[in-house]
Amino acid sequence: MELQTVWFGLIAVLWTGYFILEGFDFGVGMLLRIVGKNEAERRAIITTLGPLWDGNEVWVLVAGGATFAAFPEWYATLFSGFYLPLLLILVALIIRGVAFEYRSKHADLAWRARWDWAIAIGSFLPALLWGVAFANIVRGVPLEVSGLGNVEYVGGFFNLLNPYALLGGLVTLTLFLTHGAIFLTLKMSGDIRERAHALVTKIGLTAAVLAVVFLLWTQLSYSDKTWTWVTILTAAGCWLAGLGMNIKRREGWAFIFSALTLALTVVSLFGVLYPNVMPNIDRALVGLDIHNASSTEYTLRIMTTVAVIFTPIVLAYQAWTYWVFRKRMSSEQIPTPEAGTLGELTKSH
Amino acid sequence: MDALELARWQFGITTVYHFLFVPITIGLGFLVAGLQTAWYRTGKDTYLRATKFYGKLFLINFAMGVVTGIVQEFQFGMNWSTYSRFVGDIFGAPLAIEGLLAFFLESTFLGAWIFGWDRLPKKMHLATIWLAATGTLLSAYFILAANSFMQHPTGYIYNQTTGRAELTSIVAVLTQKTAVTAFFHTISSAFLEAGALVAGVSAWLLVKNKAVDVARPTMKMGLITTLVASVLVFISGDMQARVMTMQQPMKMAAAEAQFNTTDHASFSIFTIGTPDGKAPKFQIRIPNVLSIMSTGSAEGTVEGINDLQAEYEKTYGPGSYTPIVPIAYWAFRFMIGFGALAGLFALYALWATRKNRIPSNKWFARFALAMPFLPLIGISVGWIFTEMARQPWIVFGLMRTSDAVSVAVSGTEVLISLVVLTLLYAALAVIEFGLITKAIKVGPPENVVVHDDASSENERVLTFSY
Repeated sequence: MELQTVWFGLIAVLWTGYFILEGFDFGVGMLLRIVGKNEAERRAIITTLGPLWDGNEVWVLVAGGATFAAFPEWYATLFSGFYLPLLLILVALIIRGVAFEYRSKHADLAWRARWDWAIAIGSFLPALLWGVAFANIVRGVPLEVSGLGNVEYVGGFFNLLNPYALLGGLVTLTLFLTHGAIFLTLKMSGDIRERAHALVTKIGLTAAVLAVVFLLWTQLSYSDKTWTWVTILTAAGCWLAGLGMNIKRREGWAFIFSALTLALTVVSLFGVLYPNVMPNIDRALVGLDIHNASSTEYTLRIMTTVAVIFTPIVLAYQAWTYWVFRKRMSSEQIPTPEAGTLGELTKSH
Repeated sequence: MDALELARWQFGITTVYHFLFVPITIGLGFLVAGLQTAWYRTGKDTYLRATKFYGKLFLINFAMGVVTGIVQEFQFGMNWSTYSRFVGDIFGAPLAIEGLLAFFLESTFLGAWIFGWDRLPKKMHLATIWLAATGTLLSAYFILAANSFMQHPTGYIYNQTTGRAELTSIVAVLTQKTAVTAFFHTISSAFLEAGALVAGVSAWLLVKNKAVDVARPTMKMGLITTLVASVLVFISGDMQARVMTMQQPMKMAAAEAQFNTTDHASFSIFTIGTPDGKAPKFQIRIPNVLSIMSTGSAEGTVEGINDLQAEYEKTYGPGSYTPIVPIAYWAFRFMIGFGALAGLFALYALWATRKNRIPSNKWFARFALAMPFLPLIGISVGWIFTEMARQPWIVFGLMRTSDAVSVAVSGTEVLISLVVLTLLYAALAVIEFGLITKAIKVGPPENVVVHDDASSENERVLTFSY
C-alpha cells in the first residue's frame, strides 16, 4: 500500500481514538451538573475523569501533528480556512483543561460552580464543532488556487454553517453526550449511575435519529463507494445494540458498542472522503487529495517507522492507566473537603 | 488591519506566555521526582510532605503549560499556513513525533501519578513521575530541533518544482549543533528556574517559620540546583554563542550592536545610545570579551552589522537584513544579567544559611520571593532575543517572516484571535498566580497518609480527589 494511504488511515485511527476517548469526557463534562446533583457527586465524577482527560486530549494533538507532518497542505489549508471555529475550539479546550485542574483547588462553591460551567461549555463547543468541521470537509468547501500556487480556502466563516455541517455537529454532540452517559453508568455507582442510565436512552434515541439522517445524507450525496454503506449500517446497528445493552444493564457492552459506533462513524466519514482530504465544493475544481497534499516519500517513511514502533507502546500504557483506574466510584468515597466552609458542600444547591 | 503584524504579536504573546510554564514544568518535574525518590529511599515523612507540596505547585503550573501548548500547535496552521506549507515536510515531523513520544508519556503518567497515590505500589508510583518528567525532556528536544531548523536550516533541499523545502535527513535535523546546544541551554535554564522557585519558596517558609523541617532541606536543594544550573547555563550559553556566530553572525552582531567588523572585539555591559540605537554615547566595555564569546579567541574577528548587511544584499537581493538592534542588544544583556543574578543570590543564600542559620534581615525574605522571577525573566528575554534577532527571516536564509503568514486569514480574524487569547491568558494568569500564592501560604501539608495497598476494599474513602 502506498504511504499516503497508510497515513490517511493512521490519521483516521487517531481521530477514532480521539472521538472514543475524549468523546466520553466531553459527554461527561456536559452532563456534570445535570447528573451530579451535589458537590460530592460532582467531585466524584471529575475524579473519575481526572487521570484520563489529558491523555485523551493528546490524541487530537497527535492527529494535528500527524496531519502537519504527513499532509502539510491539508493542515495549512484546513487550519487557516476554518479559523474562527478552531479559535473557539482552542478557547474551549483551554478553559476546560484549566477547569479540571483548578476547580478543586479552592473551597468555595461559587468558584467551583464557575469552573463547572467552564467544563460544560468547554466540552459543548468542541463536541459540536468537530462535527461541523468534519461534515464540511466531507461536503467540500470553496477552494481556489492563490497567486503563490497554493490551494486556499475562500469560503469565509458563514459558509461553514450550512445545514449538512450543522447536522454533523449535532450528531457528534449527541453521540458524545450519550457516550459520556454510558461511561458514567460504567464507572460510577449509586445515584449518579442511575441518573446517567436514564439519560442514555433519552439522548441516545435522539442521537440515533440525527446520526441516521446524517449518515444517509453523507452516503447518498457524497459517497462514490458501496462499502461505506456497510460501515454506516453497522454503525447504526452498533448504536442500537449499545442502547439495548444499557437497558439490560450490561454497561461494559454498552460502552463497547458506543465506542464501536464512534469508530465506524469516523471510518465512514474518512471512507467517503478518500482519496480526497479536502475536496472542493465543486468537485470539478481544484481540491486537496492524499497526493497533492502529501509530504515526500522520505518524510512519510520516517514517520511510518516512528509510528509503527511507538503507537503500540502508547496504546499499551494508556490501556494500563484505564486498568489501574477501572474501579467504580461513588460520592461516598470523596474525602471530606479540606477546610473551612466545606462542611455544607454535600448539600444540593 | 495588517494580518502579518497581528500574527507576529499573537505569536510573541502566546509563545512567551506558554514558555513561562514550560521551564517550571521541566525543572520542577525532576525536582519533585527527586524528592519522592528521597522519600522512597529513606521513608522520611519530611520528603513526602515536600513531594506533596511542590507536587501541588508543579500541577498548578503544568495545567497552564498544557492548555497554552495546544495553541502553539494550532497557530502554525492558523496564522502561518504559508510557512506550514513551505516547511511542513521538515517541521511537521518533529512536532508529530513530539506528540507521539512526549505528550502521551507526560499526560498519561502524570494522570497516573496524581491519582495513583492510593492505587499503585510505591515503586510503580515513583516510576510514573520519572516517566512524566522524561516526557517533558523529550518534548523539549523535539520542539527545539524544529526551532533550530528555523535558526539554521539543515538536512533539506529546496524543490524548485513545488517551491517547498523537503527533508533529506532527519538525523541532520535532530542532531545539528544548534539543536544540541539549544537543548543543553534550555534544559539548564529550566533547572535554574525550578531551583530558584524551590529555593525562593522554601526560604520564605523558613523566614516565616513555617514547616521548617520541610523548608530547610528543600531550600538547600533549590539553592544547589540553582547554583549548578547557573554554571551549566553559562557553559551552554557560551557554546551556543559560538554556534550562533558561525551560523547567524548577524544575530551576534545585533546582540552587541557591533556595526563594523573588528578583531579583539570588546563587550559592552551597558550602553546609553542615541535614540535610533545607531551610535553609543556612554558605554562600559570589557576588552576582547565579544571575540572570546563569538569565536573562542581574544583575537577572533567579529563581523559587523554593516558588512553583513552588504553581504546579505548580494546573496539575497535588496532589502534590510538587520533586526531591531536595541531590542537584540538589551534582550541579550537582560538574559545574561537575570540568569547571573539568580546564580549569585543562590551563592549568597547558601552562605547566609550555612550551619542552620536563618538570616533575620527582611531583605533576605524579599529577595527570596523575587528569586523565582529572575531566571523566568531571563528565559523570556532570551527567547525574544533568539526569535527577534533572526528577523527578517522566519527560516534563516530561506523564508522571510513577511512571506509566511496565512493568505486565507483576514486581519480582522487575526485581531479577534489576538484579543481573545490575550484577554483569556491575562485572566488565567491572575487565577494561576492566585492559586500558586495561596498554595504557598498554606504551606506543606502536616499529615500525609498514603495507602499503597491496591488490593484493599473498593469503597475506601480516597485520600486524594479533585
